Amino acid sequence: MGKNLSFRDFDWALFGFIMAISALGVLQIYSASINTKFADTAAGTPVHIKQVYWLLAGIGVMFIVSRIDYHLLLEHIHWAYAASIVALLAVTAFGYTALGAKRWIRIPGLGLFQPSEWVKLVLIIALARYISSLNQKDVTWLDILKAGAIAGVPFLLVIKQPDLGTSLTYLPALIVGLFLGGIRFKHVAVILVAVALVVPVAWKKALKPYQKERLVNFMHPENDPKGSGYQIQQSLIAVGNGGIFGKGVAGGTQTQGMFLPVTHTDFIFAAFAEEHGFVGATAVLLLYFIVLMRLIQNAQTAPDRAGTMLVMGVVAILVFHILVNIGMVVGMMPVTGIPLPLMSYGGSSVMFTFLALGIVMNVRMRRFVN
Amino acid sequence: MQFGREEKVPTSKLLAVQYAILAIFVLLALGLWRLQVMGGDRYESLAEKNRIRTIPILAPRGKILDREGRIIVDNYPSFSALLLREQPRELEPKIPKIAAGLNISADEIHQLLRRYAGRPKYEPLVIKQDITPDELAFIEANKSEIPELETIMVHRRLYPKDGFAAHLIGYVGEVSEDDLNRPQFELYSQGDIVGKSGVEQQYNDILIGKDGERRALVDSHGKEVGRLSKTPAEPGKPLKLTIDLDLQIAAEEALEGHNGAMIAMDPRTGDILALVSRPTFDPNHFAVRISRDEWNKLITDPAKPLLNKAIQAQLAPGSVFKIIMSVAGWEEGIAQNLNVHCNGGATFYGRRFGCWVKGGHGSVDLTKAIYQSCDVFFYTLAERLGIGRIAKYATALGLGQKTGVDLPQEASGVMPSEEWKIRNFKQKWFAGETISVGIGQGAVATTPMQLMRAIAAISMDGQMVVPHVVNPTDMPKGYVGVNQRPEVKNVSIDSTGWNVITDAMGRVLLPEGTAPSAHVPGVDIAGKTGSAQVVSLDTRAKHGNNDSFAQNGWFVGFTPRRNPEIIVAVLFEGGEHGRLAARLATQVIKAYAEKQRRIGVKSASAMKDSKEVDVSALWNRRDEHDDKDAPPDGIQGGRFRVAIPAKPSPSKIPAYMASHIEVR
Repeated sequence: MGKNLSFRDFDWALFGFIMAISALGVLQIYSASINTKFADTAAGTPVHIKQVYWLLAGIGVMFIVSRIDYHLLLEHIHWAYAASIVALLAVTAFGYTALGAKRWIRIPGLGLFQPSEWVKLVLIIALARYISSLNQKDVTWLDILKAGAIAGVPFLLVIKQPDLGTSLTYLPALIVGLFLGGIRFKHVAVILVAVALVVPVAWKKALKPYQKERLVNFMHPENDPKGSGYQIQQSLIAVGNGGIFGKGVAGGTQTQGMFLPVTHTDFIFAAFAEEHGFVGATAVLLLYFIVLMRLIQNAQTAPDRAGTMLVMGVVAILVFHILVNIGMVVGMMPVTGIPLPLMSYGGSSVMFTFLALGIVMNVRMRRFVN
Repeated sequence: MQFGREEKVPTSKLLAVQYAILAIFVLLALGLWRLQVMGGDRYESLAEKNRIRTIPILAPRGKILDREGRIIVDNYPSFSALLLREQPRELEPKIPKIAAGLNISADEIHQLLRRYAGRPKYEPLVIKQDITPDELAFIEANKSEIPELETIMVHRRLYPKDGFAAHLIGYVGEVSEDDLNRPQFELYSQGDIVGKSGVEQQYNDILIGKDGERRALVDSHGKEVGRLSKTPAEPGKPLKLTIDLDLQIAAEEALEGHNGAMIAMDPRTGDILALVSRPTFDPNHFAVRISRDEWNKLITDPAKPLLNKAIQAQLAPGSVFKIIMSVAGWEEGIAQNLNVHCNGGATFYGRRFGCWVKGGHGSVDLTKAIYQSCDVFFYTLAERLGIGRIAKYATALGLGQKTGVDLPQEASGVMPSEEWKIRNFKQKWFAGETISVGIGQGAVATTPMQLMRAIAAISMDGQMVVPHVVNPTDMPKGYVGVNQRPEVKNVSIDSTGWNVITDAMGRVLLPEGTAPSAHVPGVDIAGKTGSAQVVSLDTRAKHGNNDSFAQNGWFVGFTPRRNPEIIVAVLFEGGEHGRLAARLATQVIKAYAEKQRRIGVKSASAMKDSKEVDVSALWNRRDEHDDKDAPPDGIQGGRFRVAIPAKPSPSKIPAYMASHIEVR
């Protein structure tokens, strides 16, 4: 294994597009933080430099992961899955609370660790393994329930933290997996009815007030322009202010004046849209679209169903992140605190994305095996 | 190692996922299109508002000057504290500190914030006016900690002390809610300082200036991160009044300690030279914010200090009205032939009307009736004329109407007539009422301004001017002609009658007249005294001749008798007799004469090589170089002193047209 693999088979085109988006991300992190404490070298390494370090680390991880046969990952994923559940339970039991949510475990000597991020990856692999083993001509309710349980257990544990945004990222992998795995229309219909019945109850019982507020304000941001609707309002102004050609690098007043919340992380696309306008923003959308299409092509050429499922799981989660993050920035989605893959600043986000892409590379590099 | 089944995932499903992703991206692109292409302008202006803070730079009001350019009203700089409230959450915990630093209570700040909660958040609030140096230092020292506090330089009005010319100048204040709803206040906004009375109100548009603004870039915490632009304020334009500060001072001093009003005017032009109303108030107390107590005191004072009595007091003119009667009588051909025997009273329509001289004046003609102010003569004249003809001439001379003076809230007074009585009381006019009107009592009510204008017209041979405190030609550029006053009216008066009447008025201050004690040696003053009942004599007796019912003294006089240069009207409330009013008036006339003499000395020394001749009459010819205020063509009687240059002047101006004519 691996001896007949070479980096000639590595998807350099995909890598090029990924690097292009990442570079734009670094540039925008720099521009957005130029006037803030984050860019102050006296206070430590500036964020855009840190992001470069994270990216370099991510690329390294991606290459390493691409060398390990994904079948090995699939083979041992139940251990990782079990460990994930234990970690999430540990968070619930004795996690570290910040911003009103219990999301972290303090690991002595390493700092805070957020298991829910890594569960995404484990879940993609676990679902790929399970769903690819199903008979796609004859999917039963039991199969669906089992797949649902694989995603559902971590989903409920994360929603308890509470972290609605992250828990929702677990669903797309499940949905795409079931779709590709051969779910029938009648199944879909029954599930939709069940969801329609459960959602109103969940709204009343399960959602925290701040989550409800966010959802309501997303629909009526003008109600509370200085409260939780503030972020949406400021984001809309930033994007709109960009106009067609944008205000130029470091020229966005919404971005530079700190009217935009968390500019270099969750709202980085708003900052980018303000400074580069409609032209720049749609160009970035196009880059993401090319990357996703390339991923789907890789899914198609995968040597087996499990490989296809793995890549499509990554596609599902990336699309979900892009939809929710950019949708939030343009006012089509509520504020959820989900970062934009490849562009938003943040070690966890970068590491997750490059690990996931490493798996994709892994699958692609084995397309001629067998 | 084999995971999953052999069969592959159908391509059609992957294609479906591709289309789904395409749909999502198209949706996101549409979201961007909606905000950036469709809504670009709207969001751009929202972003502008977000980051730009506008701090106004207040324009100083224009100075108010006298006719010689001396400053009457000036400004002084003062600081106000502004509160910015774009970030209410950040502001809230700082309120106690702000309150302590500015020496106000935190409740007051909360109240202020609540009151203006409806106003746009980017509008700063004035939290305290006229702050002390300590408070200013507090704001400056805490700039970084409390960026919500700003200071603004305000130019406050500095009025003359002790209410000098207060009614003439008026005062300024914040534009009221009611005013803001009126069309003429369209361009003003909440908190603007506007003129509230007097010249400040009348000429607000000229004086107010245009506020500038400083635009600063601020971040979301309200901290200034850069300056954008500065539009300097356009100061208000200075306004030159027709007031002569020297005469104003004389008038203020003359009326000091008394209640009433005094006006001096140039009857040739209508320039008001002095205007005083007493009691007065100090407009400086209005400049920041008047205390409730002080305001209540002003509005409940029975002497009405806020009333500009020169144009707002409407009172019986008393015997001064006899001059108007004389004109009416002469023009109707009755007065010149009338000779009555006064034995201290006469009976009309079955009722006895007394003369003020109980012993009677004996045989009285028009001249004696004027300088002795014989009531019986004018009772008789009034009976002969009837109210209709009296009202005709009085109205022609401007009684019962506003004079059109350029001061706000002028009263119109009352000139009764048969129609007036029916219109207002639904009653017939009683012939007996005409008799009282004959001596300026009864229903006649005039303002000092009206009465002065009527007498001025008579002194000017019927040329009736519109009084004004600002000469339209002295208006700042761009305003000339804005306040154009109506045409000068001409009331036709027979020149013989005019001579007889004004000559008789010239004897009022002589030993045989009613006000000999007001005589000023060397100054030829013609005038008429008056004293008018506030209530009927019977009512007054009932109250034990209480002082508050004391008669008002009136005097209207001008100098010189021919071609007058100044006319002074005095209302001396509770002055009892006109001669006391006359004595106040002559103080101003004296000041005028002395000033002219000083100027005369100057001009005489400028014409060293000239000699002077006395002449008794002058032929005056108007030519195109003369302004329209020059006397009309015709012979002018009187004693004139004419300066003739010793050396023949190079121009061919004849000696009789020499420009320096001084009346002795």
